[in-house]
Amino acid sequence: MSKYYLSYLEELESEAIFVLREVWAQFQNPVILFSGGKDSIVVTHLAKKAFYPSKIPFALMHVDTGHNFPETIAFRDNLIKDLGVQLIVGSVQESIDQGRVAEEKGKSATRNALQITTLLDAIEEHKIDCAIGGGRRDEEKARAKERFFSHRDDFGQWDPKNQRPELWNLFNGKYFEGEHFRVFPISNWTEMDVWNYILQENIEIPSLYLAHEREVVWRNNSWIPNSEFLTLDDREEVVTKKIRFRTLGDITITGGIESEADTLEKIVQEVSAMRQTERGNRSDDKRSENAMEDRKKMGYF
Amino acid sequence: MEIERNELLRFSTAGSVDDGKSTLIGRLLYDSKSIFEDQLEAIESTSRKKGHDGVDLALFTDGLRDEREQGITIDVAYRYFTTPKRKFIIADTPGHVQYTRNMVTGASTANAAIILIDARHGVIEQTKRHAFIASLLHIPHVIVCVNKMDLVDFSEEVFTTIRSQFEAFAAKLLIRDIRFIPISALLGDNVVNRSENMPWYQDGPLLHTLETMHISSDLNKVDARFPVQTVLRPQREGFIDYRGYAGRIASGFYRVGDQVTVLPSGFSSRIKSIKGPNGELEEAFAPMSVALELEDDIDVSRGDMIVRSNNMPESSQDVEVMLCWLNNRPAQPRAKYTLMHTSNEQKAMIKEVMYKYDINTMERIKDDVELKMNDISKVKLRTTKPLLIDAYKDNRYTGSLILIDDQTNETVAAGMII
Repeated sequence: MSKYYLSYLEELESEAIFVLREVWAQFQNPVILFSGGKDSIVVTHLAKKAFYPSKIPFALMHVDTGHNFPETIAFRDNLIKDLGVQLIVGSVQESIDQGRVAEEKGKSATRNALQITTLLDAIEEHKIDCAIGGGRRDEEKARAKERFFSHRDDFGQWDPKNQRPELWNLFNGKYFEGEHFRVFPISNWTEMDVWNYILQENIEIPSLYLAHEREVVWRNNSWIPNSEFLTLDDREEVVTKKIRFRTLGDITITGGIESEADTLEKIVQEVSAMRQTERGNRSDDKRSENAMEDRKKMGYF
Repeated sequence: MEIERNELLRFSTAGSVDDGKSTLIGRLLYDSKSIFEDQLEAIESTSRKKGHDGVDLALFTDGLRDEREQGITIDVAYRYFTTPKRKFIIADTPGHVQYTRNMVTGASTANAAIILIDARHGVIEQTKRHAFIASLLHIPHVIVCVNKMDLVDFSEEVFTTIRSQFEAFAAKLLIRDIRFIPISALLGDNVVNRSENMPWYQDGPLLHTLETMHISSDLNKVDARFPVQTVLRPQREGFIDYRGYAGRIASGFYRVGDQVTVLPSGFSSRIKSIKGPNGELEEAFAPMSVALELEDDIDVSRGDMIVRSNNMPESSQDVEVMLCWLNNRPAQPRAKYTLMHTSNEQKAMIKEVMYKYDINTMERIKDDVELKMNDISKVKLRTTKPLLIDAYKDNRYTGSLILIDDQTNETVAAGMII
């Protein structure tokens, strides 16, 4: 084979860089939605490359549920300092305090759905016309239908049956006042691609992804970290396990898996042998067959 | 740890639920071990609820609620799998006539198209439509899978007859590379594993074909085209005078020192540096995203194109295109649309509809020139300023364009320059 071809990771990298530059060219006030998870870290890393030697021309926006892993916040603040970009925080706690949303009740209450209001409020307040996310089409069946440039109406809603056709590499980012776009530069990446890329590029990630000892509770078929936000019932018991997280989100619903993988190499090996999808440990997706589709229609990430 | 330098192959699948398209995709994913346990469990439980025996692999590709309820595919869905040889992206497109727009969308970036034929029915109108669209979009490789061979006793004669039917029809089309494979998606014959029921078939199963077909020549490596996306001016220490033209190489090669011309201004310069995703490069090629720096300080902005001085695209305000209409609102005569072509944007008008295709028979219709959803027609466009174009058959990225309706901001048409 000739040397004039790109490996799949190089091709995905160039595709993502193209999309990020297209965002910068087509929108007035884009931000990167930054959760502290590996996907948004990879998107941020790609943005650094897309605009080098200029710095990233976007702010990072974090929708803070208030139920954080302390490690995530420390990681976020360090990264912001390194990149020299602005951080915008949308706070779910503030949305609750202002009466914009009401906290869910009961043991399995989470702030997952409440994030939608906080996110849309922040988009409106900061006049954001494009929110760049780390969503991938392999994550979930509703996401498999998502565009790179995904239009949201003035209520922030996604209309999956009326999406703009997306052909070749021509991306239509036109919108009317009050509407915005979600853009997903790593749409075509799989979980495995993300890990291989993190390894290849030696990208720094929060230590939570590596196996570590932690106090956890067995709930919904995964190990939920013990935290001040967790309400235990009588049958639940806090134990210490060596675990790691495959995704990072709200600490009350992000389940870990038992693992010995404490280096990036070991994670890549473990993921390639894995027989469960990563969102299998997210109780937000387990609520119903349409859980993701319904949340996305309302304006979820 | 060494990360494999495998290539990426994008393919589209066209066919209806009845042809077993979803089953085929399910089979590819299942037999290549790309389905996770929790996904399989979910499918098993749904299969039981619906009263199927065993696992209905077709359920794996169901996406939106309406699709599950109606048992159809409404929109393009993307699926991913990897083998030790390649990474694959499947654009799973609906087969119904009303979804021509989705088939065109899914095919626009594909290296290969899989066309499914039900062995019991042979070449039908839908097959012809799929082949026509594959040809129109110049998909480099077409793989015709004759499915449900188990229902025709794995008969070689049935397969050969269908093959001849298809070849007779395809002679009128522009398809560079066609292959035929007899399969049973339901039983797995010739999908991932070689069929024991069809010893008369000597070539490889579908997955083997996808893994080994030569694709690195699919991209145009001759005509150097670099549409400028944005200009990088860091104005920080070490880069005070740096001005990088950022973009993705649409086709061809660029080397440091190359004599280049910036269009439409026509100013010439040499390439001073090329920055790739991983630093300085001596040469770069499609489809890499890079930033080019020129020796001379000339005015370059988004929408311009940097080309090699001895190989220029055509510059024209009058463009003939094959246009696929993608919107419920029909084309308005002499209305102005926003036209996107590479990183360039213009106003454009449909000056004349020359003819429309009956996409089932490929006949030209000249007396009905209203462009409605899913219509494919040959039209003349007029733009306010010249476009820098190549023929679509030579260059997918400088030969393609879309039209946007300014009243709705929707993408209403896709055009391939003739």
